Amino acid sequence: MILSYSIWLPIIFGLIILFTGSDNSKGYVRIMALIASLISFAATLPLVTGFDTSTAAMQFVEQVSWVPRYDINYFLGVDGISMWFVVLTAFITVIVVVAAWEVITVNVSQYMAAFLILSGLMIGVFSSLDGLLFYVFFEATLIPMYIIIGVWGGPNRVYAAFKFFLYTLLGSLLTLVAILYLYNVTDTFNILTWHKAKLDIVEQVLIFGAFFMAFAVKVPMWPVHTWLPDAHVEAPTGGSVVLAAIMLKLGAYGFLRFSLPIAPDASQYLAPAVIALSLVAVIYIGLVALVQADMKKLVAYSSIAHMGFVTLGFFIFNPMGVEGAIVQMISHGFISAAMFLSIGVLYDRMHSRQIADYGGVVNTMPKFTAFAVLFAMANCGLPATSGFVGEFMVILAAVDYDFLIGILAATALILGAAYSLWMTKRVFFGDVGNQHVAELTDINAREFLIMSVLAIFTIGMGVYPKPFTDVMHVSVIELLKHVAVSKL
Amino acid sequence: MQSIDLIAMLPELVLLTVACLLLMTVFMNEPQASDEDIFYAPRGTELAYKISLALLLGLSFAFGLQAVDQPVHAFNNLFVVDALSSILKSVACLAVFVTLVYSKQYLIDRGLFRVDFIVLTLLALMGQCVMISGSNLLTLYLGLELLALPTYALVAMKRDSALGTEAAMKYFILGALASGFLLYGMSMLYGATGSLDLDEILKAVGDQRINRLVLAFAVVFIVSGLAFKLGVAPFHMWVPDVYQGAPTAVTLMIAGAPKVAAFALLFRLLVGGLLPLTQDWQPMIMILAVMSLVIGNLTAIAQTNLKRMLAYSTISHMGFMILGMLSIFDEHAYSAALFYAVTYVLTTLGSFGLLMILSRKGYECETLDDLKGLNRRHPWMAFIGLILMFSLAGIPPTVGFAAKLSILEALIDSEHLYLAIIAVMASLVGAFYYLRVVKCMYFDEPIQTAPIEGGLVVKTIFTLNGLFVLLCGIFPATLMALCLSAMSTTLLS
Repeated sequence: MILSYSIWLPIIFGLIILFTGSDNSKGYVRIMALIASLISFAATLPLVTGFDTSTAAMQFVEQVSWVPRYDINYFLGVDGISMWFVVLTAFITVIVVVAAWEVITVNVSQYMAAFLILSGLMIGVFSSLDGLLFYVFFEATLIPMYIIIGVWGGPNRVYAAFKFFLYTLLGSLLTLVAILYLYNVTDTFNILTWHKAKLDIVEQVLIFGAFFMAFAVKVPMWPVHTWLPDAHVEAPTGGSVVLAAIMLKLGAYGFLRFSLPIAPDASQYLAPAVIALSLVAVIYIGLVALVQADMKKLVAYSSIAHMGFVTLGFFIFNPMGVEGAIVQMISHGFISAAMFLSIGVLYDRMHSRQIADYGGVVNTMPKFTAFAVLFAMANCGLPATSGFVGEFMVILAAVDYDFLIGILAATALILGAAYSLWMTKRVFFGDVGNQHVAELTDINAREFLIMSVLAIFTIGMGVYPKPFTDVMHVSVIELLKHVAVSKL
Repeated sequence: MQSIDLIAMLPELVLLTVACLLLMTVFMNEPQASDEDIFYAPRGTELAYKISLALLLGLSFAFGLQAVDQPVHAFNNLFVVDALSSILKSVACLAVFVTLVYSKQYLIDRGLFRVDFIVLTLLALMGQCVMISGSNLLTLYLGLELLALPTYALVAMKRDSALGTEAAMKYFILGALASGFLLYGMSMLYGATGSLDLDEILKAVGDQRINRLVLAFAVVFIVSGLAFKLGVAPFHMWVPDVYQGAPTAVTLMIAGAPKVAAFALLFRLLVGGLLPLTQDWQPMIMILAVMSLVIGNLTAIAQTNLKRMLAYSTISHMGFMILGMLSIFDEHAYSAALFYAVTYVLTTLGSFGLLMILSRKGYECETLDDLKGLNRRHPWMAFIGLILMFSLAGIPPTVGFAAKLSILEALIDSEHLYLAIIAVMASLVGAFYYLRVVKCMYFDEPIQTAPIEGGLVVKTIFTLNGLFVLLCGIFPATLMALCLSAMSTTLLS
């Protein structure tokens, strides 16, 4: 029942807050949301303590018939690949609730409710083992995110919200057709049965293509990434955090759960193309990030580049590559969240995201700068931060696969360092840029708390990633064994 | 005539009796009733309204309980009561009940809250029931006309409205033309097969000796007539004008319950009577469906008037629904279409209900601007509106998704993969204009600031309506199973 609690507790709390709270009772709403997110987070912790790292089988399995007419089941379970994401989602929700504390002043109850419901839905995506259940959760996440961007977003929020919704819907509707096709072939929506289903190469390529539409948009991969910078820039800080830390991972996770095991031959066959797209994302988007004048846009592009690493790691079919990619996903969850929160801290004070409006922030906000620089370093993959572990593993695996690809992937480290450090230099160091910067106040206890928690995880995971890799190791090996066997 | 015939028809007889009694008695006892405005009867109307509501709710239950394993053929198989008819009639009565609840204040504000309105509504419902139960060409046609004639009058009810008069005129002329088409097709069918009874026709058209050319013509005319009545492209021209021109309460009378009756008509004629001719009518249905999906969704984008937008949305939804008729004798596919029709009606009730609740005396809520900032004015109503719009767009976890899912499954099952892809792409386009409504409700600042009226009863029903759309999306199994069993028992006979 642990997974059900993880999914439904935040949703039920979210609904309670939505119906009982109003703007006249902000204090109550905030406390309630904090308690809800903490309870929901605590509900996921038994997954970590009770996880058996020696098996690739699904754990914490729950199965109840949902729609007997189509044999759709409420079928949940996690393995080494998905377990950490459930915990990460609940964790990030706590961060988002705390980060919104004084910042969000209108429709507070709706804001908190949207994030709590979103959290439950995303956990549902990570733990569904029924194709249709997965799809329902996957698409239902669009509704709260659409509202979050549109209600609390920046000046161009309507455009960004529509673009986000329609772009994602375009991909996922084709996936629905593929899911129904698989149901028609196998007479079940059970993903584990789909893994074993025999499919010829044409079917595999088409199914791979349909899933690719949804997941590539969500990841996002070049060239279907254009919704992300808009969404990130316009979304409120919490929205950006969840988007970067969790939502992008839904797509990457989909590759591992659907594309690779269901269509292994098509995956092998199309891998060069996916690798090429990933490298474009890593290098070209890295260059694009370099020229951004808006901090949020810069971090958004950096997210795309980092996710390029993830897809690269998946499609070289090497245990180290896949594990590195998953580590990268988790680590990016912490780092991107921290980066967007840092930008949020500055934005709350200055109401500007333009790099040019800042300069010499270290003089007025020394504590904050210490954190921000740490996260920027982690973003460019400094050893002893979590960013290093994943990127290094993927690069090693890439070199093993093809030396040239390894070299190209490694340029990401240089580009990452370039855009992260250059931004840091322009924003934080040097003389005090202007009157507004001179009037800045350093972070308060609440902000300090969030930053330090994220910093601890970033460094902790960088120094000792073993707990993370141990959990996923057996599952990844099993997955790759499965992918290596042709279905033809 | 045997007593069993009368028992099979008992609920309809009660409905008819009450309608006639209301018409005769209520305004006769009214002291103020004058010759100029004979139907104006303020005291009696209230009573008639309450009686009608009780009757409708009772009938809805009665029809629901009528569900039978073996179909009952009454009046020499003119009239059939089977599982399908019981579920459809129950939904139709419920839909009219909800419509009347939503429209009371709206009608009072516009001086339309009169006995004749209620009586016409009940008569139209009577027509729908006859149509749903018709198993003979004559009964079907009779039911159709009994539905159509009171509806023409209802659309024209607001006599001083130019838009309303134009809509009624258009509706009447095109509706009469469509009836003519249908009747012409039916007469050819009768000429070819020598029978008006659908079971007899079914047997006869399977016979190879019948003149195929006449049958083909009959099918063309019948399908065209049906397309008119369903409002699918390219026979959809009347839909936007009528939806926009009629008072919103009447729009809901047209947009709600008659859709399930139209589904029954479609099913009885095409599957019940013309099943051996699937090669003839399925390509036509396919073209109609695809055109409706494309035209309905694309044109809806350009609309700023909500009633018009919902009209185009209806066109696309009807297109989606008839995609379920493309399987050959498969109760799963037909039950998917039935499920789609039922859930669509329930969602539509809510959407027009919202418009009526937001309207008040001297002010019609009918453009996108009128919905702006609803979340600020009344968060709960905006939330229900959000559910309804996402349901129309087919986004999980609402019932609209479950309905789309079952149709798509049926399409893929019958190897119409490309149609499934067209359908999902059309719903992508459709998502845009539903999202725009949500955008107006949530993202924009209010233009209207007047407090929202609407009594407790109306708001409760509206809430139940919205929650039903959500809960039925989360737990669709029961309703799906109901539709499937209704369809299976009907097809078995």
